[in-house]
Amino acid sequence: MSPPGHLRTPFYLRGKTGTIERHLGPFENPEQRAYALPAPQKQLYRVRFTMAELWGDEAEHPEDTLDAEIYEHWIEAPHAA
Amino acid sequence: MPHDHHDHDHDHLSPSGHPYRVDNDAPLSYWQVMEIAIRELMIEKGEVTAAQITAQIDAMDARSPANGAQVVARAWDEPKFHAALMTDAAKATREMGFDIGPMNLVAVENTTAIHNVVVCTLCSCYPRNLLGLPPDWYKTRAYRSRTVKEPRAVLAEFGLTLPAQTTVRVHDSTADMRYIVLPARPAGTEGWSQDRLAALVTRDSMIGTGLPKAPE
Amino acid sequence: MGGEAAGPVPHDQHDFALWEKRVDALMILGSARGHFTVDGLRRALEEMGPQAFEEMSYYERWVAAINENLIEAGVYSIEELGAKMEEVQARGDTYGEAQNA
Repeated sequence: MSPPGHLRTPFYLRGKTGTIERHLGPFENPEQRAYALPAPQKQLYRVRFTMAELWGDEAEHPEDTLDAEIYEHWIEAPHAA
Repeated sequence: MPHDHHDHDHDHLSPSGHPYRVDNDAPLSYWQVMEIAIRELMIEKGEVTAAQITAQIDAMDARSPANGAQVVARAWDEPKFHAALMTDAAKATREMGFDIGPMNLVAVENTTAIHNVVVCTLCSCYPRNLLGLPPDWYKTRAYRSRTVKEPRAVLAEFGLTLPAQTTVRVHDSTADMRYIVLPARPAGTEGWSQDRLAALVTRDSMIGTGLPKAPE
Repeated sequence: MGGEAAGPVPHDQHDFALWEKRVDALMILGSARGHFTVDGLRRALEEMGPQAFEEMSYYERWVAAINENLIEAGVYSIEELGAKMEEVQARGDTYGEAQNA
């Protein structure tokens, strides 16, 4: 479900599994900042995804990668297989 | 975008060789009226002064890819600066004397194995405080939509065809960080001065849609 | 927008008009005054919907987003904006003529 409103994580990354490339530190949560509300600090990470993970069979070159900044509340540990 | 083209302007080229956008002579648009109104209200209410607006425009106009080229050339030439840039690019460029404001900057390095390219799918995030305003194509729907899915096809449109063994790393710059690509130093430039090296560094090579110029 | 199909990347390049540079300056200065953040501007841009992307130019969308945020921040009211826009419009038919000389 995608509630209406400003959400930082791009749609094409939601539900995808990646690896943390680096920890960037605490930043104010943009989802409150967007409404000029007090914004608690959230940890921000750079997460690396493979193109194969993002696009499956449609990937142009499966081993290529995409890095994006993701806030901690948009990240969960991958489910055990 | 429909507003990007105004045929009657095409015979008036600016000093940079580009057509001017609709400006003082064209019929006043609704959004121009809004800009004037907002600006005057802000001034009347003491939020900003006309001088501050002019100074801000001048400051932005003064920023250009030449700034980034100096940063890249120094990183090619000085291993210590290279290390500092890769650790914290904002700190390194600030210490070099560039006024980049509060911008957070990450440098990503191209090698023979890795090619980095930067896009912002959410809007048009760009290291503007170092490189100036982004090129028009960076803000287009086509570039923003396609680069995260078919970067090689997009790069080929820019004349850059990468070998299959090179890994492409796309960086979706979505707000808090800005990215600058540190291109690989061209072969045949050993012993060159930083000024000479900087002349090889193009804007597109720092976005990742191009390579530095080859030495002559 | 990430991942959607689209045509070739257009390579047209234009110099910025003065009014566009002023929008850019208002964005930086309004943000420096604490009236909005880039996130607030983005929210306003997103709320305009995909149609705005087709019909409005880049700085047209940004001036609309800045206005939305300034009204929300209470810098001026919609009534004040409306009156000022009428006054500006009445000054002339071109951007140059509409300046408060």
